[in-house]
Amino acid sequence: MSVGTRAVPTGAATGTYREALREAMRDALRRDDRVFLMGEDVGAYGGAFAVSLGLLEEFGPDRIRDTPLSESAFVGAGIGAALGGMRPIVEIMTVNFSLLALDQLLNNAATLLHMSGGQYNVPLVVRMTTGAGRQLAAQHSHSLEGWYAHIPGLRILAPATIDDARGMLWPALEDPDPVLIFEHGSLYNVSGALSDPPAEVDICHAAIRRPGADLTLVTYGGTLPLTLDAAQLLAAEGCDAEVVDLRVLRPLDTATFLESVRRTHRAVVIDEGWRSGSLAAEVSARLMEEAFDDLDAPVGRVCSAEVPMPYARHMEQAALPSADKVAEAARRVLAGG
Amino acid sequence: MTVILPAPRGSLGTGTGLLWLRDMLRIRRFEETCAQLYSETKIRGFLHLYIGEEAVAVGTMEALTPDDSVVATYREHGQALLRGIPMKVILAEFYGRAEGCCRGRGGSMHLFDRTRRFFGGNGIVAAGLPVAVGLALAERMQSGGPGRFGDPGHVGDNVVACYFGDGAVAEGEFHESVNLAALWRLPVVFFCENNQYAMGTALARSHSQTNLAIKAASYEVPAWQVDGMDVEAVASAAARAVEAVRNGAGPHFLELLTYRFRAHSMYDPDRYRDKGEIERWRARDPISILADRLREAGALDDAGMRGIEDDVAAEIAAAVAFAEAGQPESVADLTRFVTSEGGQP
Ligand SMILES: Cc1ncc(C[n+]2csc(CCOP(=O)(O)OP(=O)(O)O)c2C)c(N)n1
Ligand SMILES: [Mg+2]
Repeated sequence: MSVGTRAVPTGAATGTYREALREAMRDALRRDDRVFLMGEDVGAYGGAFAVSLGLLEEFGPDRIRDTPLSESAFVGAGIGAALGGMRPIVEIMTVNFSLLALDQLLNNAATLLHMSGGQYNVPLVVRMTTGAGRQLAAQHSHSLEGWYAHIPGLRILAPATIDDARGMLWPALEDPDPVLIFEHGSLYNVSGALSDPPAEVDICHAAIRRPGADLTLVTYGGTLPLTLDAAQLLAAEGCDAEVVDLRVLRPLDTATFLESVRRTHRAVVIDEGWRSGSLAAEVSARLMEEAFDDLDAPVGRVCSAEVPMPYARHMEQAALPSADKVAEAARRVLAGG
Repeated sequence: MTVILPAPRGSLGTGTGLLWLRDMLRIRRFEETCAQLYSETKIRGFLHLYIGEEAVAVGTMEALTPDDSVVATYREHGQALLRGIPMKVILAEFYGRAEGCCRGRGGSMHLFDRTRRFFGGNGIVAAGLPVAVGLALAERMQSGGPGRFGDPGHVGDNVVACYFGDGAVAEGEFHESVNLAALWRLPVVFFCENNQYAMGTALARSHSQTNLAIKAASYEVPAWQVDGMDVEAVASAAARAVEAVRNGAGPHFLELLTYRFRAHSMYDPDRYRDKGEIERWRARDPISILADRLREAGALDDAGMRGIEDDVAAEIAAAVAFAEAGQPESVADLTRFVTSEGGQP
């Protein structure tokens, strides 16, 4: 087992997830001349989700670069700039639009090192918003990080906490290979303690966010808060659930959730992606392959309903994972086996 | 905006001319050998020959220095050879051997050489253009020059040469990339190898505007059509464009009008064009055009030609021997180079 947050904070102020991301970029831009930010509306507008607000004024238009609406070109340009010795942070407004750059991410960023026989690594960081829950309907509500986690050559991060929002960027920039960071849209306004100095986090391991003995809830990103809520609901019923935050979706830290399930013997995986071929499917397959004899019940899954996301609030909520759905799935797993 | 440059006459230094002839013959004869080796199944996968288009690579690459960068397509054997990747290492790559420039992981479509700033070898049509723009952006940011809309250009940048076909001009990435390069005034020169076909699709069947230079010109990029069968014309246009880019004039675009004498790839039965058309273009073989001019100028005779052919044949024979003796990489290394070694803990 490994816990994502290692350093003990000496002082703490309150801040939001958004501010933590901004602080991480400010810090990186100050630390390393090679770092720059580019993307749609990252400068004058301040970022579609206001993450980069104020950075243009502080660092100027060469390092905070507004791009045209050309996802493929500016992601590809990020790859080229990385090959050319820079350390670009490319912001794609949301994962939905990353599809227009999918070719660059898969066929160039993820493959150049291997195709070139180890000659050309691509030290690129791409940040993007993911997820549903804000009534943005079918085209603006995707959770496709599981797709990206399918691709060898990419590292996929899903910061779910303020410390991770603050701490994942720098190690991502230090990574010699491409890293994609998925920021769930529902997390930007979450506020909490902002460690000072910032907590040191790694980008290799899953973290146990709530220790427990009776059942393991495995999740990441935007579904971490509701999973922790579900653990509270279960606690009131006398079930002590452990919550594992995957944090790194590729390469997956299998050891942490395996170790947990070997203790609790039961697991539910929570993932906002569609169930079929989801990251949840991968986690449960690994549990089946490597912890079959430790399981007292089949692994449960809570994913999004397999529909394009509807606009109406009640329908969207019906499609998405919720604390109640997680608790219900947990009860079924506890009753089974 | 677009200008068709006439081939300059009488400017051909015979020394340079002989080097060009030799380079074109190296590409031609090497690829003829590769076609033969393909039919012997020594080379597999896709193999896209450049035969007929040699003047484009030879004339344009003449304008580049070792500090410049090159981004090319799957039809990149000519550029790879001219960039200085040894023929034997290229052929070993085609053989899938560990001695290949990419250890046999790339094959003919994906030649790379970091020490020579050769960035592939891209198998996705138009996917190299954004990368070239990014390399130019890195160049600009590291040279300390500005790189924003409205800024004056920066003098003395290294240049990124980006090669792609006429088919690529129909892709969105072409338009996104040329716009971005122009907007940021980046030191990239776009070399469009218009060989009249994208696989089996003739130019007029995929472009409403068949003058591709006009498309680039609409992005405020200086753009010219050039006779791509005449190496002198290519070299003079490329020299002019590259010099302008180097001097901070922003991106330039050359549409090099050429033709591939062979099929699209070794898989292509070549059913979509008539033989008369091929013959008409063959009558303008870039190697014959240059050789005739050199003979006229008294710089080449039969013995001279034989000498060049013999040298090239010897280089090819050595390359074949090297590739034949090459070793397959150990399967134990299969998953190496997915991520950097010594990267994240
Ligand atoms: C995005 C994409 N679409 C389709 C293909 C299949 N394909 C390979 S080469 C080619 C034709 C490209 O023509 P052009 O750009 O003119 O280059 P040429 O082969 O003539 O040098 C096609 C369609 C591809 N590799 N990439
Ligand atoms: Mg073509």
